[in-house]
Amino acid sequence: MNGSESRQDDGPEGGTNAEPRKIMGEPTGIGRFGDFGGLFVPETLVPALQELDAAFHEAWADRSFRDELDDLLREYAGRPSPLTECQRLGEQLGIRLFLKREDLNHTGSHKINNVLGQALLAKRMGKSRLLAETGAGQHGVATATAAALLDMECLVYMGEVDMARQELNVFRMRLLGAEVTPAVSGSRTLKDAVNEAMRDWVSTVEYSHYCLGSVMGPHPYPYMVREFHRVIGDEAAAQFAERVGGSDANCAELSGLPDVVVACVGGGSNAAGIFSGFAEHPSVELIGVEPAGGAAIGNGVPGIVHGMLSYLKQDEFGQVQEAESISAGLDYPGVGPEHSHLSDIGRARYESVTDDEVIDAFVLLSRTEGIIPALESAHAIAWVAREHEQLKGRSVIVNLSGRGDKDVAQMMDIMGSTLDGHTSAGERPADHSSADANTTGERK
Amino acid sequence: MNALNITDGGGSSSGLSLSVALGSHIDAGGKCFVPYLTGGLPGWQTGVAAAAEAGAQAVEIGIPFSDPVMDGPVIQASSQMALDGGATPVSILDEARSIDVGIPLAVMTYANLVYRFGYERFAHALVSSGISGAILPDIPLEEVGPWADAADGAGVETVMLAAPTADDDRLTRVVERARGFVYTVGLLGITGERESLAATAKVIARRVKALTDKPVLVGVGVSTPAQAVEVCEVADGVVVGSAIVRRIIETGSQEAGGELVAEFVTALARG
Repeated sequence: MNGSESRQDDGPEGGTNAEPRKIMGEPTGIGRFGDFGGLFVPETLVPALQELDAAFHEAWADRSFRDELDDLLREYAGRPSPLTECQRLGEQLGIRLFLKREDLNHTGSHKINNVLGQALLAKRMGKSRLLAETGAGQHGVATATAAALLDMECLVYMGEVDMARQELNVFRMRLLGAEVTPAVSGSRTLKDAVNEAMRDWVSTVEYSHYCLGSVMGPHPYPYMVREFHRVIGDEAAAQFAERVGGSDANCAELSGLPDVVVACVGGGSNAAGIFSGFAEHPSVELIGVEPAGGAAIGNGVPGIVHGMLSYLKQDEFGQVQEAESISAGLDYPGVGPEHSHLSDIGRARYESVTDDEVIDAFVLLSRTEGIIPALESAHAIAWVAREHEQLKGRSVIVNLSGRGDKDVAQMMDIMGSTLDGHTSAGERPADHSSADANTTGERK
Repeated sequence: MNALNITDGGGSSSGLSLSVALGSHIDAGGKCFVPYLTGGLPGWQTGVAAAAEAGAQAVEIGIPFSDPVMDGPVIQASSQMALDGGATPVSILDEARSIDVGIPLAVMTYANLVYRFGYERFAHALVSSGISGAILPDIPLEEVGPWADAADGAGVETVMLAAPTADDDRLTRVVERARGFVYTVGLLGITGERESLAATAKVIARRVKALTDKPVLVGVGVSTPAQAVEVCEVADGVVVGSAIVRRIIETGSQEAGGELVAEFVTALARG
């Protein structure tokens, strides 16, 4: 009945004389990445998702849509973002360290890539209202920004807990003309904001577009959002090759490829974006860094929530467990289905870091490079800092997915305004070391 | 309540079928009333018995899930209460074994609880608890295959949802796959009470009726006996959840739910 079904059999990767299947190509069947993904949503939403799938494929193949988006990304969002080599920190850790500077995008994170894409698409589909969920507020701010730019109505659902810890972003969204509604059920964080956004969408699907903020949810979101973030990986690959020289593909030194690419993973959109630029090169190690208190791949088992089958933190009966992380943006018990797949086939590895390691990394990057990272992105830095011995002499790209301005107030609470308390991990009050605390899964 | 006839745990309701029970009531000129009750609330089995005694044709038992995206505030709250009280799919199915009310029962729950249980294992657990059907609102046609195979194999009726957003081609495929009855979603939205019957309710009921002889029940947004009567000008019956659950929670009495069921049943009988 629409394109999504015929693509099951004759998609670009599925034809008999097609090139070998790409590791990060189109999903198969109904949004499947290996065993993961799918379309587990209320019946009311299925036609809208099929329509979205068809509209995205049509737009993505349309030169004029791509040109319009590229134009916005360049002239409005500030792309391409630089690839910055960290001289001091690199020397300290004994590696060549590069940061993909998504923190320098308009609105302060990678989120704008996806949001501009979806907002343009929604407009093209004749929708007048954007709905979004947000954790740290970065996706909400980006969506509110796009709505202002494109003259659309915008409603953002945000967990009540997150609204308190990211007050500044709540004000930014309102300043941009968006309505921010607290999600007051469950853990009152990101997962509950997604529930509320889905409930709203079930009621307003005729004129609303759900601008989902990560590579999660039902098909086509995991695929579509990754495609909108592919620009991160494509740029980084080209920038890296240009920087180190890519003259000899057979020589590791001269291949023009980094040894390791690292990104933090909550839902996993910034990781999917940067991984997509390197996944087809087997020599490049891909590392996703989850928060210890919300490690879906690390501690979860496959389950179905928010429209997708993916690794999920849940109890023995299938009740979803609450994630607990210092970073609101990674406070999510699930993960995008493509990451579950990349983990299962061994193409990417998923590690975790504790809140204390994140705090240290937040300070470390600030002091060695003059870059204050988002707490989310600090997870990737924390992993590199912890594992620097095994990385010695290698070249590493970290996706610095966002800047830390939004986190400064929270860090001031944790560390004290004089930073007297900061020497190293382990000396902070115990109630901030929450990473290991949430293993019981009991619900409030 | 005395109507609760404790047996020594043998799926006493098994053998009943939603399609047969609803179908024969419809054939006799009646309209069907199916209340939703949240499983796992204190004394919830009493509520099932009260509903049966009040004249319901079947009962839908909710197995609470942590993230019920299809449910509004009342069912969310009752689900959370049940979860806080320690309810699990296992405890609810276990407690259901003791229910013997002479009308078919169906569970309403979400995909992950069933997936975690294992599709086949869950289907067989339903049968051994005397439950005839299952309603899984986040498993649409596209994903229903593996569950439907398990359910068909075990003899569990999988109720499918038909929504106003579907075109006739899709509705045709939905009613084709539906067992027991077609759960027709009366409006664009989640469960919860509404002041008046949505304009979409009769429209979608009429569209579905035109495509199938299976019982067509409208749910979501049917809150009062008057609304039930109105939608049953077209539909074969209604499913009512939030209004009844709210009554039970507000009064703290499962029997009070039965009294409200009686009001609906009386109104529908009067037409």
